[in-house]
Amino acid sequence: MNGLDLEVITRALPWLAQGLQYTVQLTCVAALGGIALGTILALARLSSHPVVAGVAAGYVNLMRSVPLLLVIFWFYFLVPLGLQWVTGAGSPPRVGAERSAYVTFILFEAAYFCEIVRAGIVSVGAGQQSAARALGLDRIQVLVHVILPQAFRNMLPVLLTQAIILFQDVSLVSLLNVTDFVGAAGKIAQRDGRVVEMYLFVALVYLVLCSAASALVRRWQRTHSIGRHPETAR
Amino acid sequence: MNWQIFLETMPEGDAAWWEMLASGLGWTLACAACAWVIALAAGTGIGIARTGASRAAARAAIIYVELFRNIPLIVQFFLWYFVLPELCAPLKRWVIEADPSVVQFLAATSCLGLFTSARIAEQVRAGIESLGRGQRQAARAMGLSEAQCYRHVLLPVTFRVIMPPLTSELMNLVKNTAVAYSIGLAELFFRTREMGEITFRYFEAFAAATLAYMVIALAANRAMRFIERRIAVPGVAGTARSAH
Repeated sequence: MNGLDLEVITRALPWLAQGLQYTVQLTCVAALGGIALGTILALARLSSHPVVAGVAAGYVNLMRSVPLLLVIFWFYFLVPLGLQWVTGAGSPPRVGAERSAYVTFILFEAAYFCEIVRAGIVSVGAGQQSAARALGLDRIQVLVHVILPQAFRNMLPVLLTQAIILFQDVSLVSLLNVTDFVGAAGKIAQRDGRVVEMYLFVALVYLVLCSAASALVRRWQRTHSIGRHPETAR
Repeated sequence: MNWQIFLETMPEGDAAWWEMLASGLGWTLACAACAWVIALAAGTGIGIARTGASRAAARAAIIYVELFRNIPLIVQFFLWYFVLPELCAPLKRWVIEADPSVVQFLAATSCLGLFTSARIAEQVRAGIESLGRGQRQAARAMGLSEAQCYRHVLLPVTFRVIMPPLTSELMNLVKNTAVAYSIGLAELFFRTREMGEITFRYFEAFAAATLAYMVIALAANRAMRFIERRIAVPGVAGTARSAH
C-alpha cells in the first residue's frame, strides 16, 4: 500500500454516478411508495374494525422485528414466485435483484412510515375531527381535508429523517450484487485492488449528502414548526 | 416444504443443520451483547460531552454523532474490516496472523458498538435536555461538582426517562448484527444463507431465521420492559408510562 491513488476514483466517477443514480431512484420510489402504503396501514391500524387493525398491526410488527437484510433476501425469492402466482405463468419470471428491491423497500419502509404517520394523525387533536364532523363533512372529507394535511405538516421532519435513513439502508442491496452506489464502488475496489480509496470515498460522499440533508431538515423544523410550543422546536 | 431438513446432518461433519443455525444464533447474541456494552458506555460518555460545560467537548461530540449516523452501516463495516488494517501497519500484521473469525468478531462488535453509541448519545442528550436546567442548577447550588451532578442527579433520571428509546435501540442492534454477514462473520444470517445455498431449502432456512429474530426481538423487548419497571421511580416523568 503506497499512498492514496485518487486517480482510481476520478476514472471510476461515471460508473459510480450510475450507481448513485440507482440509489437515489430506489430511495425516492421507496419513500413515496412507502409513505402511500404506510398511510393506508396507519389508517388501518387506527380503524375501529378489530380484524383490519389487527392485520395491519401484525404486518407492521413483523416487518419491524426482522433485519432488513433478511427481508431483502426473502423478497428476492418471493417476488418471482408471487408474480408467477398472479400471472399464472408456468415458471417464475426472472425479476432480478434490481427490480425486486423496489418491491422490498416499499413494503418494508411502509411499516416504518406507518408508525410515523400514525403518530402524526394522533397528534392532530380529537377536537379537529369532532369539529369537522359537526360541520357536516363526511369521514373521508375529514381525513383528506382536515386531519391528513395537519398530520403531514407535523410529521414532515420525521418523514424526511426516515427518508435519509432509507437512503443509507438502500446500500444493503449491494449484498445481492446490485450495482447501487456501494455496489459500484465495491466492484471497482475488487477489480483494481483499491479498497481503501473506494470505500473512503463512498463514506465521504454519504457523509456529505446525509449531513447536508439532515441539516436542511433541522433548519426547516426550526423555521416551520407551526402551532407548537417553541421549546419543542429547538 | 421439508421441515425435517433441520434434523439432517450437514454434508461435511456430523452436526445437524439446526445445530449450525444455533451456532450462528450464538454468534449473533454474543456480537450484540458485546456491542451493546460498548454502545452504552461510549454513548453515555458522548451524551454527557454533548451537554456538558465544555464547548470544545460538545462540538467534538456533535462531529462524532454526525460521523456515525451519516454513513451507511455496511460501509462502516467495510471501513472497519477492509480499510482500517490497510491504514495501520501493526494492525494489519496482527490481522494476517490472527484467526479470521476473531478478526471478524472484533470488527463487527467495534463497528456495531460505535454505530449504536452515536444513537444512544442522542437519546442521552435528549433525555438530559428534557430534565430542564433546574435539576442541574439545584445540584450545583448544593455544592456538587459537574461530575457528581451527572453521576447522582442527571444520569439516574435520564436513564429512566429514555428506557423506551433504549429498548428500540437494543432491538435495532440485534437486527443490525445481520449486516456483519457482509464481512463474513458466521452469525445467524450468514448461516441461514449458507444452509439455503447448500440444501436449496431457502424457504425453510429463512423461515427459521425469521422466527429466531422475532423471538430475540420479543425477548429483548420484554427484558428491557422488566428493567424499566424494576427501576421506575413513581412520579418521575417517563417512568410511569403504561405498556403499549
